[in-house]
Amino acid sequence: MIEVEHLTKRYGDVTAVSDLSFTIQPGQIYGFLGPNGAGKSTTMNIMTGCLSATEGHVRIDGHDIFQEPNQAKRLIGYLPEQPPLYLNETPLEYLRFVGEAKGLKGPALTEQIGEVLRQTGLENVRGRRIAALSKGYKQRLGIAQALLGDPQMIILDEPTVGLDPLQIIEIRDLIKELGKTHTVLFSSHILSEVQAICGQILILSKGKLVAFDTPENLERRMTSNEIVFTADAPQDVVVDILVQTEGVSPLDLQEKSPGLTEARIGAEEELYDVSRRLFFAFAERGIALLEIGLRKANLEDIFIELTEKEAQGKEGQNHDGSAEA
Amino acid sequence: MTAVLKHELRSYFHSLTAYVFGAFLLMFVGLGALRYNIQAAVSNFEFVLEYCSLVLAIIVPVLTMRVLSEERRQKTDQLLYSLPISTTQVILGKYLALLTVYLVPLCIVSLYPLIFSRFGDVYLPAAYGSIFAFFLMGAALIALGVFVSSLTDNQGLAAGLSMALMLFNYFSVSLSEYVSATAFGSILALTVLILLLCVLVRFVTKNENLAYLLGIVLMLAVMAAYFFHISSFENLLPRVMTTLSLFARFESFVNGVFDLTAVVFDLTVTALFLFLSVQSLEKRRYN
Repeated sequence: MIEVEHLTKRYGDVTAVSDLSFTIQPGQIYGFLGPNGAGKSTTMNIMTGCLSATEGHVRIDGHDIFQEPNQAKRLIGYLPEQPPLYLNETPLEYLRFVGEAKGLKGPALTEQIGEVLRQTGLENVRGRRIAALSKGYKQRLGIAQALLGDPQMIILDEPTVGLDPLQIIEIRDLIKELGKTHTVLFSSHILSEVQAICGQILILSKGKLVAFDTPENLERRMTSNEIVFTADAPQDVVVDILVQTEGVSPLDLQEKSPGLTEARIGAEEELYDVSRRLFFAFAERGIALLEIGLRKANLEDIFIELTEKEAQGKEGQNHDGSAEA
Repeated sequence: MTAVLKHELRSYFHSLTAYVFGAFLLMFVGLGALRYNIQAAVSNFEFVLEYCSLVLAIIVPVLTMRVLSEERRQKTDQLLYSLPISTTQVILGKYLALLTVYLVPLCIVSLYPLIFSRFGDVYLPAAYGSIFAFFLMGAALIALGVFVSSLTDNQGLAAGLSMALMLFNYFSVSLSEYVSATAFGSILALTVLILLLCVLVRFVTKNENLAYLLGIVLMLAVMAAYFFHISSFENLLPRVMTTLSLFARFESFVNGVFDLTAVVFDLTVTALFLFLSVQSLEKRRYN
């Protein structure tokens, strides 16, 4: 379990992370989402002891990362944004060093190195120079390094950045696989990626946590579930039907050609319930629905809405401030 | 610490670094031995080491330039920070590895007096005393090199800077004869030093007020000392330059004196720069 409490990091006048608090429970994959410069890397660097915090605490299973760094660091494996590799060595030599530094010895070390090489699919290149490896392999080696010492928690900073589509899929599968045995926290600015693998999503914007929920709940939270349809009737008839139907709020109505209305409505309840009701309401009046489409809010909308709201909120504050002055 | 030590040793001995360093050191010791012990038929091996001491100021910076700057450039320092080992262990591991690389050729060199003693009258205590002092001086220079390497991610800059510092240290005794020995000259030099120190403090801590405060306090102290005890400023600058010279202290061993203060001085310099290296690495976590 990782507890982050009131974490703040300032670089001079710039606040990279401000008053961040969250708790990560074991046994799930967490996605850390945010636009570039939102403070994802800074937060991860602090959580893994690579950076100090201006204020606040990070506890890994009760061990404070600043007070008891060695105990805390043993519980986490970290892959920084750029995999920290010694390019002149082979993966085997590199992993041996990291393993030894993590306190592994003798047969246990050899066994674990073999295990992480197998897990990350690096067995074929174990004896090649790291500098000669492809970017995907380097990234895997970075993950292999994080896995040594069997930490409970794996923290990966943008593990799929700069990889080709095939490599991205491979790394994603690897993360999914790791999620079965470890708690994984990984950051990304690619929404679909996070949606595809994560059980929990943390959205960070301007150094603040703006959302922390499951992807399904985040989608449910959105109000912009919409139904778009074309009815074989004039506009006033359509309005008449909509007024009598529960759970809909017309957003846009247009009579495209005489006797043919295009409508966009917001659904206030479960989408399928509303669309079923709509279908029968029109059917009762003998009007055909020529086209019907559902627009579910996706993570992208949520992300944009949340991060923009944050930005607007900030601007609002500034305006208030200047008005007072 | 052992993990870092083993890792560094492996990288030095798997690459050419250790061999090139050793070869250069042995070559110059060999040239010195050829010149003094064989051609001039002098039985004092310590002269050879004196002849070679300048070489250290050139090859040590080349050995130490990448030790920390390369970690920073390759971003592998993040790995070191995230591993469950302390910064002190990292620095000590790296330093001991460098020391080993330096010790290997010295072990070979320490056979020379024995070999020469078979052909003539070699005063072994003086020879081995100066090999010991040569080792300590090198150890202090390596610590300085490690510290300079921790300041930048540019290897070339690290090498250049430590070379400049070591050469200045080497020539500071001869230079001290040319600098102003008057009290005013010393004040001027102290002022420049204080300003440099303040710039460094400002640069390292990014705290302007602290730098100003430090500068003002030090300047007031210097002024007070100048008014109350002007005589202590006479000859101060040359004295300081001579005292701080690692190479000058090595000379006394060459002259056959086992100078305990020199041993203490070398060890202090080593400890100080290792401490500063740890702070420099730690500081990057607090920027």
